[in-house]
Amino acid sequence: MSEVAFDGVTKRFGDVTAVDQLTLTVHDGELLVLLGPSGCGKTTALRMVAGLEAVTEGELRIGDRVVNEVEAKDRDVAMVFQSYALYPHMTVARNIESPLVTRRFDTGDGVRRKLSAAERDQRVRDAAASLGLTELLGRKPAALSGGQRQRVALARAMVARPSAFLMDEPLSNLDAKLRVQTRIELVELHRRLGATFVYVTHDQVEAMTMADRIAVLDHGRLQQVGPPQAVYERPRNLFVARFIGSPPMNTLPGIVVRAGTGDGGSTTVRIGSQDLPLRAATAEGLADGTQVVVGIRPEDLVVDADGPLKAEVRAVEWLGHERLVVCELHDQRTIVRQPVGAAPVGVGEVLPLSADPARVHLFDPRTTERLP
Amino acid sequence: MTRRTREALLAYAMLLPSLVIFAWFFFYPLYRLVEMGLHQKNRAGTAERWVGWSQFSDVLGGDEFREGVRITGTYVLYTVPLGLVLGVLLAVAANRRLKGIKVFQAIFSSTIATSVAVASVIFFVLLNPQVGYFSSVEWFSLSDPDTALRGVALSSVWQNLGLTFVIVLAGLQAVPEEVDEAATLDGYGPVRRFFRVTLPMISPTLLFLVVVLVIFALQAFAQSDILTGGGPLGSTETLVWKIFNSQQPLDQGVGAVMAVGLFAITLVVSLAQFLILERRVHYGN
Repeated sequence: MSEVAFDGVTKRFGDVTAVDQLTLTVHDGELLVLLGPSGCGKTTALRMVAGLEAVTEGELRIGDRVVNEVEAKDRDVAMVFQSYALYPHMTVARNIESPLVTRRFDTGDGVRRKLSAAERDQRVRDAAASLGLTELLGRKPAALSGGQRQRVALARAMVARPSAFLMDEPLSNLDAKLRVQTRIELVELHRRLGATFVYVTHDQVEAMTMADRIAVLDHGRLQQVGPPQAVYERPRNLFVARFIGSPPMNTLPGIVVRAGTGDGGSTTVRIGSQDLPLRAATAEGLADGTQVVVGIRPEDLVVDADGPLKAEVRAVEWLGHERLVVCELHDQRTIVRQPVGAAPVGVGEVLPLSADPARVHLFDPRTTERLP
Repeated sequence: MTRRTREALLAYAMLLPSLVIFAWFFFYPLYRLVEMGLHQKNRAGTAERWVGWSQFSDVLGGDEFREGVRITGTYVLYTVPLGLVLGVLLAVAANRRLKGIKVFQAIFSSTIATSVAVASVIFFVLLNPQVGYFSSVEWFSLSDPDTALRGVALSSVWQNLGLTFVIVLAGLQAVPEEVDEAATLDGYGPVRRFFRVTLPMISPTLLFLVVVLVIFALQAFAQSDILTGGGPLGSTETLVWKIFNSQQPLDQGVGAVMAVGLFAITLVVSLAQFLILERRVHYGN
């Protein structure tokens, strides 16, 4: 078991920088999710760990070994591909056995050697049994369902007992129901194996539900890394704020307004002509008149007769367990998330809204960074 | 009329045009061929007499036909494996992402644009015993009955190479990159990757090519006709060459019988290939 560390890692394809100065440590035994939109560099980062792409600059370590120049097969990692990449002409058993055939393993007796056919067979059976594939060992991939193929790919990854598992959107080819189920199985598998998992996805729900920590990437740069809830509650910039959360955080232009001084003073943020109260700490160090972007999550906007914000209802989306009220607030589309039991609202109605000052986020409109 | 009957009638009505064409250009000629094989014309071609099935047994059991089968069979052995291996090698070499690789791909596939006649004329210039550039190479000398067929085969290999290359390249490009990468991670070196992963995955393509190339070789005619005229000493007289050169009215019956024989051989060989190879060939999802 070992950690995976990027130290100033850059990958360029010609003039295109796919990964830009990435510094990130995936701790031993951790499930870290690399999250970002397509083209953000997450898959390239993963492929560098696998040894399928060369590192342009910087240092990549697995355990205490710098692996920049180490061949893919000698890195002691296993990868699960988006398409599963099973060998269509081999049976499930031969597919699972494949990583054991040519490589040498430390078998506990001190020497690294190739495994005997009996040892390989035992490992294939163990891996297949732990994923419920025993009945399918004689079949070929074409005769399997999508979920079964996915499990064969997992078994193939497990069989060599690698210190790190690399997963490239392994659930994206499954239908929605199976995806939720497999998500849970993967987390269980991670717990059981105790190995380091680096998991790439563009699906923030997957990231939130599975990750020990999330690393958000955009344009090849690391935006934020931390436990899912922490990233959700304190996004470091506008990109993270808008990318994580569904529906995304509402963002509105505003101006900081300070009235009075000392304990008697108040700080608000003016959105159009309406003043939303802030906590003193939220606007600490921000001068009167500072332009900001105000971020409020849909569930943090509540209908309140005394609410300072007035929003016109444009549509109501019923989702069964909740409803989304789509409003317009100073020409900005704003979404309010409500429990189903909340008072009914009609399209065209003007809703008074308020927000808990502790749950209002401010961002710098120029740098997009969190303020203060 | 039930709905089922109506649909069946409609289906046959729509199949009719292709059936007519098939009958006209395939079944009728085949029938005429058999009929010709049952008759013998006089020297002038003005009359014919019934000679019956004995002509079939005489010709198909005779030395001429047996020699033609031997030469054509040898020709298959010369052209098919070599052409296939060269085509796969070229395709593997050209199947990579390099700047300017399209130029090489275009060059390698260019022989598609040549006809058998053009290829033969080119090889005539190269191999001609008097003026050819390679006339001194004994291994495929056109003037020696023992080696002339190799020279003829060489022109065929060259001419078919473009087609083989293009089809194998298409097969290779259909192999998902991720599968190749998975094999790399599994510790397969380039050679093992090729034989254990790539080759099995393009095996349907290769089966198709084997069948096509064998049929091409069984039908070889113009190469011999242009390069050697069937010589020296009849050593390059393929079956089709012999059939084509049975145009004298007196020989037409014999030629027809040989044509039926070749048809039977082609049919049997193709069926056998599909039956034998199909079991060993992997077809994808």
